Amino acid sequence: MKPVVAIIHKDVAIEFRNKESISSMLWFGLLVLVIFSFSFDSSGAGDVDIRAGLLWVAFSFAGILGLNRSLSMESDNDCLQGLLLAPVDRGDLYLGKVAGNLVFSLVAELIILPVFAVLQHVHFDWKLLAIAGITVAGTLGFVSIGTTLSMISAHTRMKEVILPVLQIPMTLPVILCAVTATDMVLKNETAGISFPLSVLGLFSIVYLTASYFIFEYVVEE
Amino acid sequence: MKLALESEDIQKKFGHFTALGGVTIQVPRGEFVTLFGRNGAGKTTFLKIAATLMRPTDGSFRVEGIDIRKEPERARRQIGFLSHNTFIYRDLSAIENLRFFCRLYGADSSDSRLMGLLERVGLRRRANDTVRNFSRGLQQRVGIARVLLHDPQLVLLDEPYTGLDAQAVTMLNDMLDEIVKDGRTVILTTHDLEQGLRAATRVLIMDRGKIVLSAEAHDPEIRATYSRLIVTGARR
Amino acid sequence: MKIRMLAILSLVLIPISLYFAFIYAPTENTMGHLQRIFYFHVPHAILSYVSALLLGLGSLMYLIKGDLKWDRLAYCSAELGILFTVTTLLSGIIWSHPAWGTWWEFDARPTLELMLGLLFVGYHMLRAYLPERESRARLSTVFGFLAALDVPINYFATYIWEQHHPRVIGPGGDLDPDMGIALLVSMITSGIIYAYLLAQRIEIAKVEEEVEYFEQVVQA
Repeated sequence: MKPVVAIIHKDVAIEFRNKESISSMLWFGLLVLVIFSFSFDSSGAGDVDIRAGLLWVAFSFAGILGLNRSLSMESDNDCLQGLLLAPVDRGDLYLGKVAGNLVFSLVAELIILPVFAVLQHVHFDWKLLAIAGITVAGTLGFVSIGTTLSMISAHTRMKEVILPVLQIPMTLPVILCAVTATDMVLKNETAGISFPLSVLGLFSIVYLTASYFIFEYVVEE
Repeated sequence: MKLALESEDIQKKFGHFTALGGVTIQVPRGEFVTLFGRNGAGKTTFLKIAATLMRPTDGSFRVEGIDIRKEPERARRQIGFLSHNTFIYRDLSAIENLRFFCRLYGADSSDSRLMGLLERVGLRRRANDTVRNFSRGLQQRVGIARVLLHDPQLVLLDEPYTGLDAQAVTMLNDMLDEIVKDGRTVILTTHDLEQGLRAATRVLIMDRGKIVLSAEAHDPEIRATYSRLIVTGARR
Repeated sequence: MKIRMLAILSLVLIPISLYFAFIYAPTENTMGHLQRIFYFHVPHAILSYVSALLLGLGSLMYLIKGDLKWDRLAYCSAELGILFTVTTLLSGIIWSHPAWGTWWEFDARPTLELMLGLLFVGYHMLRAYLPERESRARLSTVFGFLAALDVPINYFATYIWEQHHPRVIGPGGDLDPDMGIALLVSMITSGIIYAYLLAQRIEIAKVEEEVEYFEQVVQA
């Protein structure tokens, strides 16, 4: 666990200094929220309530930006090679990066969430807390596969283009379930919410486990 | 005689392209080996396999008696690797970088030890400065400190002189002399014939993925082969 | 030789399958002749999932064994996966408009098929941006394996989503025995065509790799 903690600590220290990941995710997420708020009648009063989808679109695009930032951190000066030279299991390296990505994504998202509540007329009550919980579950799934895909993209010529092409199809189940659960909370119809949450949990478990073992194939030359 | 590095018929293929076509060498402890070769000869590939950054397609490789395929993590504890990239985080300070790598290697990360290391590379006064503000030469010094912080027995350097000014080159050479005096083994690749021969005890010349010459450092055959293969090859 | 036999068998089975689909099978009560798309739509959908399975299997075996033949199986299956996903979606769209008055609904099955198609396309785009053979095989097989794992999870996700947003799927209930036979014949025919296309594609892939090798030799 020590290497995992060291990697998280290092990522947080770098982010504290340059603030590039969180700030870019935060501003991009807010911009998406604002654009969609202008573009659609999303007050929930119309026929279709798109608020849940709106939130997760903002989170998804911001999340991809965050993954790209995390990737740049390790490609600069070939720092990934420095990590690979150390006597650290490749799976532990993966976990360290997932944890860092999770922390940064959650910080940005948990700031976006109250802004979403204000723009989209969501009361500051248990619903927001419940959505925060769904956010944590969804983001874990998102970064568990996103960390692996960002490392795969790093080997290609067009890394910033390839990452969303791979990430979005892979995380569609996360988005579907997170949107479903968020929508249930917003409409106060939480019977059966355990199903989408279970699928989110299943996704995270499957991809954390698979990526832990497969990560060495991604990072080797 | 303890061997720092032992490779037997190491092969590395990238699809149909053969980067290493069977490299067999034995490097005893305490030797300073310089590896010359044209671009594309396989020097970097060989060093990266030795550093466990790449897996060989075939063949066996031992570092300090440890099979790198079976126990790569144990082997990594014995190896320090430096290339023209220093692998350090530019947004962290010199001491923060060293502290991080100490934690990865499980080495003593006390401030006193780290300051001692930075003293050795002449960076004590800039320990808390962000590396982004350092010149290339200073960044290379932090890289050297990173290489040494876990007391590796085998130090691998892949064209470390690239982009260094005269002062930085002198500093690097002083460090290498110290490393060898400590009883460690050094394997260095470089295009610079004079720098490569300066402290070497043995010279290897590679061409097209194979060792074409293995000689004692003062063997006149080295210059002749170097001139024929590398200098002439470059003109061609 | 085997490929030729598969080709001949395909040519023989195609008219037989067409006979069963258009003549032997009775006309469906509600949708009439439109329903006959079913005999192509269903086998193609199944084959798109077979492609996903082969992509996952080929990818996993390459990671274990390192033999490029498994990578070839993976990417050839993924190519056929794109083909059969497109034909499934197109036949679904052709069916959907006259049947339900809309070209597309985000019901579970079409959504699943679309998600599968996006995974196959993503896989091939990744391969397109990896020029070196070995890293192309290694990285795309990692993605291929992870993508194949996604398919069952997608299944759960889309059905949950659909329950939350209920839609009318289409005619349910038991299948007429004659329709069942027509469907079976169609499935066998499609399966043979798939096997032929896959075998032929793998052979072409071997030649493409030889050409790539000689191009590298010439350039060097």
